[in-house]
Amino acid sequence: MRLWKWDEHSMDQPMTGLDVAKIRGDFPILSRTFAGHPLVYLDSAATSQKPQQVIDAVADFYANHNANAHRGIYSLGEEATERFEGARAAIARFMGAPAPETIVFTRGVTESINLVAQGWGRANLSEGDEVLITEMEHHSNIVPWQMITSQTGATLRYIPLTDDGLLDLSQLGSLLTARTKILSVTGMSNALGTITPLRQLIDAAHAVGALVAVDAAQLAPHHAIDVQALDCDFLAFSGHKMLGPTASGGLYGKAEILDAMPPVMGGGEMIHEVFHDHSTYKAAPHRFEAGTMQIAQQVGLGAAVAYLEGLGMDAVRAHEEEITRYALDRLIDAGATVYGPKDASDRGGAVSFWFKDVHPHDLATIVNEQGVAIRAGHHCAQLVMRRYGVAATARASFYVYNTKEEVDLLADALDQAQSIFS
Amino acid sequence: MALDDIYKEVILDHYKSPRNKRELPGAELQCHANNPLCGDEITVFAHVQDDAVAEVTFQGAGCSISQSSASMMTEAVTGKPVASALELVGEFRGMMAGDVEPDEDSFGDLVALKGVVQYPIRIKCAVLAWDVLQDALDGAGSASGAEPHTTA
Repeated sequence: MRLWKWDEHSMDQPMTGLDVAKIRGDFPILSRTFAGHPLVYLDSAATSQKPQQVIDAVADFYANHNANAHRGIYSLGEEATERFEGARAAIARFMGAPAPETIVFTRGVTESINLVAQGWGRANLSEGDEVLITEMEHHSNIVPWQMITSQTGATLRYIPLTDDGLLDLSQLGSLLTARTKILSVTGMSNALGTITPLRQLIDAAHAVGALVAVDAAQLAPHHAIDVQALDCDFLAFSGHKMLGPTASGGLYGKAEILDAMPPVMGGGEMIHEVFHDHSTYKAAPHRFEAGTMQIAQQVGLGAAVAYLEGLGMDAVRAHEEEITRYALDRLIDAGATVYGPKDASDRGGAVSFWFKDVHPHDLATIVNEQGVAIRAGHHCAQLVMRRYGVAATARASFYVYNTKEEVDLLADALDQAQSIFS
Repeated sequence: MALDDIYKEVILDHYKSPRNKRELPGAELQCHANNPLCGDEITVFAHVQDDAVAEVTFQGAGCSISQSSASMMTEAVTGKPVASALELVGEFRGMMAGDVEPDEDSFGDLVALKGVVQYPIRIKCAVLAWDVLQDALDGAGSASGAEPHTTA
């Protein structure tokens, strides 16, 4: 169990370390230049870049194996189905899921949370019930709950944040009660970088009979995940943030919960039999996969998790922690105000900051002239922005291909922003 | 260097020392808008007398481009007939779309914002205040004492 004990873990074992130079060679986009400057891509929290292995897997599928999955009797159709279901099995293993059938393919976390809200929520929520989320959530883990609570008459409540960017659990006892039917919480904040205490939250929720859904959009790319050890009831992930294609991703759900959950979208391939007045549905996960799926993309995600397994998720996390620690030091030294935890062992590599009085939009434009790509805006987390009294922040985020030299280039570009605005 | 095209002296001057940045008590025209992408916000207050823009002020927060554009705008339209002010709104949009060559006489400092055209994602920043002004002045023809309205 190491999800929230990174510091102990990394002391116990020698750092394996990533061969970042070799990794960079796998990402063709990193050889691009902008106005003579090499691309310094510091926006992986928005979407990661893709290694050649993933690009090849998608191209190979289209070039050699393309047919609709679960339909063709012919050999090509069987190949397509094998690859699609093979990706599901690989992803299930990667997430520590007990069986491939516990993984529903979706376009990513947004679709996954909407599926939980409209599928499980519509069947299980009513007036007097409560849904508990946190002020740290991405809009994709807020808006679907606003929609379903307004449709069912249930009440939406929020765990507040501390000034340091952590969940404020001091009132958890009054927020998490017998009325709480589900707690939906991020594993790592995209706006603050905060790693949440999932073990504590899941135990507390289960103690009052509530289910737990985890938004692992930011966690899954950087940390080993074991859904069975975590004992979460749902876990949503986005493939495009973990080296996979856009529109790849999925939802893990405990088998007995998925089996009892009604479908949200009706159509082809999710039915067992169709009559004039009703239809019967397939078992999970196919019941939730109406219509032709993003087959090539999920095959690409299968290649992405194989790539990450090859690196080793402990080494991936160790690299993230090391580069985040370095970035925090450099940014704070340069005079930036960093939002969220300041200790890299408590956080991931999405670092939100304000640099002196340079607006994030201006900062992003200025550093872009040096080839440095950072995000500026509210990061789809307006509740976080409001909590800390800013309309926007700049955000640098790191992944397996980033180097300390790239952090240095960002810091140098900050100097230029200062000279323009001083 | 390309950055010089966008962060011109005059833009930075208006950003650091914005003109007419205050509420306008009793303004009969008031509109607000924000750019949900970045959180920039602008409120424009206008006082119209005899079909002319007697006074315009703004309040807001955001990047140097959105705030300097608002500041320059208040200077450019003050004293103009409402019809001419609206015409300038159209010309400014044209300049930011890259299809109007600005007339330096009527544009004055605003010409400085032309460099933003090279940064397509920032064009919205430059145009935000002008959208709000247009909304405000579009209300100038209606009965006085109209409720302040909000866009976006």
